Amino acid sequence: MKKILHILRRESAQAKPYWEDFSYETADEGATVATALASTPVVWEHSCLQRRCGACAMVINRIPALACNTRLSEIASDVIRLEPLRKFPVIEDLLVDRSVMMQNLRRLSVWMEEEARTGSEEMAFEAARCLQCGLCLEVCPNFAAGGTFAGMAAMAPMSRLIARLSEGERKRIARDYKKGVYSGCGKSLACRDICPAQLPIEDLLVKSNAAAVWNRWKGVMKQN
Amino acid sequence: MPEDGGTDAMNQNTVAVNIVGAGLAGLSAAMTFVREGVRVRLISFQPSERAQSNLAEGGINAALNVMGEQDTIREHFLDTMKGGCELADPNMVRNLTQAAPGLVKEMDLLGVPFHREQGRMIQRNFGGQKKKRTAYAKSSTGKMLMAALIDAVRRYEAAGLVTRYPHHRFERLVLDRGAVTGVVICDRFRKEQIRLDGAVLMACGGMNGLFAGETTGTTANTADAQAELLAQGIEFSNLEFLQYHPTTVSITGKRLLISEAARGEGGRLFCYEKEPDMPEAGKTGAGGERGRRIYFLEDKYGERGNLMPRDVISREMVLLGKQVYLDLTGLSRETWAVRLSDLREEIFHYLGIDPAREYVPVSPGIHYFMGGILVDEQHRTNLSGLYAAGECACAYHGANRLGGNSLLGAIFGGRKAALSMMADGRLAADGSGEAAAEGRTRVQELPEAGAVTGEGNGEEYHRTGAEGKEENQIRGKITQILMEGMAPLRDQRTLESALKKLDALAEASEASACLKQTMLLARAFLLSALARRESRGAHTRLDYPETDADLQKNTVVSCADGQIRISFRQIPALRPQTDGNSKSGGKGDRP
Ligand SMILES: Cc1cc2nc3c(=O)[nH]c(=O)nc-3n(C[C@H](O)[C@H](O)[C@H](O)COP(=O)(O)OP(=O)(O)OC[C@H]3O[C@@H](n4cnc5c(N)ncnc54)[C@H](O)[C@@H]3O)c2cc1C
Ligand code: SF4
Ligand code: FES
Repeated sequence: MKKILHILRRESAQAKPYWEDFSYETADEGATVATALASTPVVWEHSCLQRRCGACAMVINRIPALACNTRLSEIASDVIRLEPLRKFPVIEDLLVDRSVMMQNLRRLSVWMEEEARTGSEEMAFEAARCLQCGLCLEVCPNFAAGGTFAGMAAMAPMSRLIARLSEGERKRIARDYKKGVYSGCGKSLACRDICPAQLPIEDLLVKSNAAAVWNRWKGVMKQN
Repeated sequence: MPEDGGTDAMNQNTVAVNIVGAGLAGLSAAMTFVREGVRVRLISFQPSERAQSNLAEGGINAALNVMGEQDTIREHFLDTMKGGCELADPNMVRNLTQAAPGLVKEMDLLGVPFHREQGRMIQRNFGGQKKKRTAYAKSSTGKMLMAALIDAVRRYEAAGLVTRYPHHRFERLVLDRGAVTGVVICDRFRKEQIRLDGAVLMACGGMNGLFAGETTGTTANTADAQAELLAQGIEFSNLEFLQYHPTTVSITGKRLLISEAARGEGGRLFCYEKEPDMPEAGKTGAGGERGRRIYFLEDKYGERGNLMPRDVISREMVLLGKQVYLDLTGLSRETWAVRLSDLREEIFHYLGIDPAREYVPVSPGIHYFMGGILVDEQHRTNLSGLYAAGECACAYHGANRLGGNSLLGAIFGGRKAALSMMADGRLAADGSGEAAAEGRTRVQELPEAGAVTGEGNGEEYHRTGAEGKEENQIRGKITQILMEGMAPLRDQRTLESALKKLDALAEASEASACLKQTMLLARAFLLSALARRESRGAHTRLDYPETDADLQKNTVVSCADGQIRISFRQIPALRPQTDGNSKSGGKGDRP
């Protein structure tokens, strides 16, 4: 199989972007965009190569996706167009600065101050699978870096807390949840379909809204 | 610059420490410091969410004694020592196993969703342990521990006690008269060097980069930090003990781990009596021309054959010389649904095999580094002011690590190192905080633009810039050489031949300073394996098949003027313990 990687490169944030093509040929049916990129001098972020760390998020043929989770054989076109994520500042080539995601989590006090309660393990497990890849933010019509709305990338870690927090911390998290997630979410749910971890986003959202917005914590507490 | 772009909050005259690495060991150390009010600079190549610790699957060990099997800390201690072929420092292993129950309970209180039934924590079987001692969250235990610790540390980031440098590469130590007084790091985004004063804790993970594409771990643990440390005079230990995990599968760019939990939950390894030349991946259907299935481990080691320590199983598999399959078809529907749903999905996704119905062809792959930076019981290295913890340190696992002990070793080691740094008073070296190293030079020249082809016209790319490609090729060759020399079965001939090839490579190539150091580290691996003339744990010498009681010692690697020296060092004896805690089961004694 032979593919052309058509890559939007740039030497630095200030430099002018340019397109460059690389050809890649392989017999490996499992080869991914990540495998192909590894053969080029292009700068991109990678770590696990098995869709478990969120490093390699980029825009592939105009669709935001993980490079290591996109098989070349599943792409019909011969030319594969690769661009950096658009919602984050570009550092170089396909490498972007996603620091705003970490800043949002700090701003929304995403942590526990008291000991966790037991129960709701399943909800906490699903929520904690979030990779902090940022793909959900890339497709979200309401997210902009620097805005108050922190998107599903904040909803997921917050719903881990909602699942396990002790009663004493509910008010605190409810306030931040409303501010950072609930009030900005337009329910387009574009995030649900793009999430490479296939988080049960709708389910987490419904449960977290019920608890943090409507003060119906029973639903969360009742689970296992 | 630190993450928020401001100046380092630690510019005030406060004590501060530098932690290099933000996986489990780094985070655990950070938590320990901030609880004592000590400021921390948390430096990592990538944010914590990308660290290898997130990949850990099967679980974490602690003698919680919740399974009605009368498990004790003493048995955890004995299993760990035996699994490590008596090469770990028993005092360290005692510290580790005593602290384990308390640490797992702490993680539980941070909200880690450990598997529970009727509210009671459940533990599973893991290799090399007779009791169910491994606490877990399906097959994503590392990710769950990391999520909880990242949140916990975030609280102190917001409070200004932890400053993150989350896209910063370790460059080198700052040395002053033989002591470590700071660290130089490079901001990958701004391409600037920064010097940070204060003591340094290395928590930079395993040396995957030496075996690029051949490990189950992350590409980001390049081993560049370790290569630099070796060149700067830091001693390493036991590099010959490289863990080959028995159940891995080659996928594009790496090896995919199939967690030991699969066997802990009842999986079995077998081969066919008459294996055809090219085994067809995943085909079940016993009998036929392949003959019967031979469960060779059960035949040799009895009922618990599939859960022998990893070194034993990998060795048996290599000696067998046949394709081995993992049989998970006997696992109950409930096990798949509740305890291993993520593993089933992963195997299906990558291999197109449904493990509940088909056999999975597996082979040993590099998974863990028992060797690393030499540390003492307090996690001190040979230079004052420098400490190490987690997978980058040689601690706790001897000649072979037991599954589930490394997450534990990372969390415990990080804490222990932080405590001893505080006890040693290695904090006050600060005062100046952050400074530009040599005036914030741009450290990496940007690559020349290659010969750019027209938009989408499909022409071959011809690169004119010298950067990248040759370096990658040399790294590829180093990997190839090490894969030959450090194969699961070794002898003098293969090791010497690998050394010769490495010398030839060093002479032939115009290697950068960084690559030369990498070659030196590679050399240290081969020389360590050559020096250990016995077979023990993960180190099997075909020419010295027996274990030599006189070599119950640690291999020590040191480097001076570009020359590697190998020596052996006695392992401390187990000190009598005055409080008698080690023999009583279930009690977690915090260090
Ligand atoms: C697939 C897989 C499954 C596993 N399953 C288990 C299990 O079930 N149970 C178990 O006990 N163990 C398991 N392990 C082993 C265990 O995950 C690791 O040994 C452990 O997580 C190591 O933690 P650490 O903090 O030492 O290093 P890591 O998590 O690797 O963190 C290293 C840190 O150092 C940083 N770093 C590296 N190099 C540099 C540099 N040059 N400059 C700056 N920063 C740098 C990285 O960015 C990262 O933040 C598994 C490992 C793998 C790969
Ligand atoms: S919710 Fe999904 S898409 Fe968004 S950051 Fe988490 S893993 Fe990525
Ligand atoms: S490299 Fe980790 S998700 Fe792609």
